[in-house]
Amino acid sequence: MRVRFWGTRGSIPVALTSADIRDKVAVALMRAGGRSFESIGEAYAYAEQHLDFSLSHTFGGHSACVELETGHDEYFVCDLGSGARPFGAHVLARQSGRPATVNVFMSHVHWDHIMGFPFFGPAYVPGTRIRIHGCHDVLEHAFRLQQAPPCFPVEFAQLSADIEFVRLTPGEAREISGIRVTPAAQMHSGDSFGYRFEAPGKSFVYTTDSEHKLENRAQTERFVRFFQEADLVVFDAMYSLADAISVKADWGHSSNIIGVELCQMARVKHLVLFHHEPAYDDATIEGVLRETRRFEELTRGTQALQVSAAYDGLEIEV
Amino acid sequence: MPLAHQLYDTALVLAPTGRLDHDNCEAFREELAPHLERSAKDGTSIVLDLSGLEYVSSAGLRCFMLAAKQAKAQHSRIVIASMQPVVAEIFQIARFNLVFEAYPKVRDALAAMSPAAAAAFDRG
Repeated sequence: MRVRFWGTRGSIPVALTSADIRDKVAVALMRAGGRSFESIGEAYAYAEQHLDFSLSHTFGGHSACVELETGHDEYFVCDLGSGARPFGAHVLARQSGRPATVNVFMSHVHWDHIMGFPFFGPAYVPGTRIRIHGCHDVLEHAFRLQQAPPCFPVEFAQLSADIEFVRLTPGEAREISGIRVTPAAQMHSGDSFGYRFEAPGKSFVYTTDSEHKLENRAQTERFVRFFQEADLVVFDAMYSLADAISVKADWGHSSNIIGVELCQMARVKHLVLFHHEPAYDDATIEGVLRETRRFEELTRGTQALQVSAAYDGLEIEV
Repeated sequence: MPLAHQLYDTALVLAPTGRLDHDNCEAFREELAPHLERSAKDGTSIVLDLSGLEYVSSAGLRCFMLAAKQAKAQHSRIVIASMQPVVAEIFQIARFNLVFEAYPKVRDALAAMSPAAAAAFDRG
């Protein structure tokens, strides 16, 4: 399995401004201190090895879209936020004219999770099969609605692909093109659902737009079972714990602290912080990652938990 | 969780010890509740002396948040003092440093409450 992140930002896409780029370049030049580079390769190596990630890169700004490469011909993807546009371009390039089959798994149908679909290239290619899986009864309605006038010029019915909506039931595992997929109900306005994907010896959990109530032990235990010994958990860590349980309580999101604790209890191998707060700049997200790794160190039991922060373009081999 | 308490003038110092997590956070809340009620009635300030607190989980932090919310709602005051380095780091990572006024030592916290509370502490 390989997990590829096309969109990692929460709630709304964001973009770097020209001032952001200017500041990054200016600080990088200062750090280089007059050093010269013989080739672009040397410059890349310097950027990778000597500059902070938040200076030399960006976490990116597309809303949720995460691909799971299974080694199978069919594509698997969680959510169709604005990251679905570059994901679609990737599918078209890889297919070289051959129609694709794409299995989509929707956490929920809030706008930031469906907004990429009208720009998902394969939807316009005859012969493409798109199976949109989810647990909401409004799944199809939401996709049709966002392409209805006056919101978008191409109506859903005009899409050339063969598009099917597949209703899943929380807690019921289903075998889909060689992968065992189990949805789990989550706490979010209008409900959301996480997904556990399993292949022999491998497991990956995608859990976003999910609030965890600390006082609800039954819910905590249910999620520990859902995450149990997963190789990788992609987790909604949008807010600080203080915000998540006070001013942003009931907003439907979670924190880095809760992510670490749940993953430690479930003996997960790798936690990826996801659904980044749109108000956070790159340095802030890198700071949250640094602190989360430190929290994991402070609270570690017998097994270390690897912690990463998702960014658009990140690929992780499971 | 044992919750030792000591009154200095109009400031009450409460000292949780050990670990505060899922297993004992409700007991801690129950221990804290009468002190918060008293604080609402007679205006006593509360200083949480965390010098004996070795670890706090998210469930424990929630108890602190609920206490802070209650204090704010009833216009009383609750602050923290003498955090061990690990607990101080956890507070900072969880952004609880933005929720609570924190003081290096209990006496510093009492001095911020009132000169009479600090004087009472100095008298022992």
